[in-house]
Amino acid sequence: MTAGAGRRGRGGQEAQQVPDAEFSSYYGRPVVRETVWGPDIPSYLFLGGLAGASSGLAAGAHLIGNRKLALAAKSVAAGSISLSMAALVHDLGRPARFINMLRVVKVTSPMSVGTWILSAYTPLALTAAGCYLTRKLPLIDAAATIGAAALGPAVASYTGVLLGDTATPAWHDAHRELPYLFVGSAASAAGGFGMLAVRPDQARQAARLAVVGATAELTARHLLERRLGPGAEPYRAGRPGTLMMAAEALTVGGLAGAILARRHRVVAACSGAALLLGSALTRFGIFEAGRASARDPKYTVGPQRGRLRGHPDREPPAAEVQ
Amino acid sequence: MTSAASRLRDPFAPPPDPAARAGYADHPPRVGFFTDTSVCIGCKACEVACKEWNVVPEDGISLSGMSYDNTVGLSASTWRHVAFIERPDGPPAHTGPSADTGPSADTGADGHDLSWLMASDVCKHCTDAACLDVCPTGALMRTEFGTVVVQDDICNGCGYCVSACPFGVIDRRQSDGGAHKCTLCYDRIGDGLKPACAKACPTESIQFGPLDELREIAQRRVAELHEIGQPQARLYGEDPADGVGGFGAFFLLLDEPEVYGLPPDPQATTRDLGRMWRHAAIAAASLAVTLAASAVWDTAVRAGIGQHGSGPQGAGGRL
Repeated sequence: MTAGAGRRGRGGQEAQQVPDAEFSSYYGRPVVRETVWGPDIPSYLFLGGLAGASSGLAAGAHLIGNRKLALAAKSVAAGSISLSMAALVHDLGRPARFINMLRVVKVTSPMSVGTWILSAYTPLALTAAGCYLTRKLPLIDAAATIGAAALGPAVASYTGVLLGDTATPAWHDAHRELPYLFVGSAASAAGGFGMLAVRPDQARQAARLAVVGATAELTARHLLERRLGPGAEPYRAGRPGTLMMAAEALTVGGLAGAILARRHRVVAACSGAALLLGSALTRFGIFEAGRASARDPKYTVGPQRGRLRGHPDREPPAAEVQ
Repeated sequence: MTSAASRLRDPFAPPPDPAARAGYADHPPRVGFFTDTSVCIGCKACEVACKEWNVVPEDGISLSGMSYDNTVGLSASTWRHVAFIERPDGPPAHTGPSADTGPSADTGADGHDLSWLMASDVCKHCTDAACLDVCPTGALMRTEFGTVVVQDDICNGCGYCVSACPFGVIDRRQSDGGAHKCTLCYDRIGDGLKPACAKACPTESIQFGPLDELREIAQRRVAELHEIGQPQARLYGEDPADGVGGFGAFFLLLDEPEVYGLPPDPQATTRDLGRMWRHAAIAAASLAVTLAASAVWDTAVRAGIGQHGSGPQGAGGRL
């Protein structure tokens, strides 16, 4: 081994241009720690979003008596939130202690807030689906449907804060756009599922939600990448870049289908599937971008150095240079 | 002991007293470490003493190829970590007059000059501790000494603290699934003992004591080093105005922090949390309003169809 500690130059293997590329590192080792979360978490980001937005869609369909769509949306909300809870518990280092999440309420912890939102939302989503399916207790059904629809958007949006409130460079840097991106992606997925599940003449509400959601998702993502400029590299390079590119292609395709050919059964179903897959890949892409940005010290050291030199590439005021 | 929302930033707040902020009305002075790396000799007694006292499990016995550093970094099972930085060219630093206070000079195997930087890293026990803020179970807590510890019987291993720490200190241990890090020997300092690492350090590179006193000692030490021709000596983490409100365990370094694997301008991520929640609320409200407007539209269209009698099957109306 050559004596090359604290080497000058670029950290990781993927040498690309990054602001102030000249920096030092300790043997190229990461400064912040890569998340210990596994694929459970991006899966949850997708499923939780799908559930949250589906509850909103279900309420609309329920209201006008569109039973097929309401049933599909309520079922997928109940199913995916159940899978979400399983994924969240499974990802814990000590799953048996999940219940410890409920011993405090902390607004400084997005995970605590999220757990409480989920604790309120999940029973409502399950009740709404159960009652509707069995056609029993219509009043309780209506109340649960409204409750789930009211909490659904919070389920879909808080996850943006969950990722943003970390030292993981690509996630923290994106904290402004992530909630919008996730809500858009959730609406796109819920709309897409509706288009896939029921006939086009019953899926109008779903198609409308899909169009609005996919547009919001694509817009938020564009704004994110534009604001970060060269700092958006973790979202563009390597495996996360591939995931993000595939997600964009699927979402654009699904959006086009939802606008142009939503009355055609097969096209509408394919568009819906594309939107669902696009939403899922977006979450995995963002998750992987965070991991990549934590692994390479240049994403931690570069912007912090820039901040200290007074480059206005980030908003917080720079601390005093020693 | 949850950190209040008021912590979400007031730049004009009085000098930070984390123990009082956490609700200790009457508490001992805040204590911490001052690690003076200019006298570190790389003996790793701190690493060993920490392991012994805290019964931290073995975390892999292998050669990293990173000079004498085979623990590679802080982790769930390495709470003190000695960094070894070899520089073959020998920066101006070690040509200074005092070989005993500067980085040690040596001759490498290939015959040319070698300069060393050694530094014992540890949890910073931040004034604004992001790990503690984001912990959803309250397992991470502030002690009466102003330090930050994990209560192992409460931690459920969610791993959020791991991603929140701006220094990559805290980690989840594979074998038990819980998060672990330096406790600043909570079980020793309560009895008036020094933490194990400080006790074992043969050169007093690791100094333990009330933070105010350590800051004064550190200022004097930097001035002394500057006087004897070590202009590159600087304090890292002693400033309460920095992005984490100052460290409870700060350092004297002889090069930029990133050379030692430390972030040059760490920020507690929770400082932006107020803004994040605002964006999340707007995003959620936008979706709710969109859905509500859509439902109103559908209802109106259906009512319109019903009135005009244009077909009973028109559930949904036109777009």
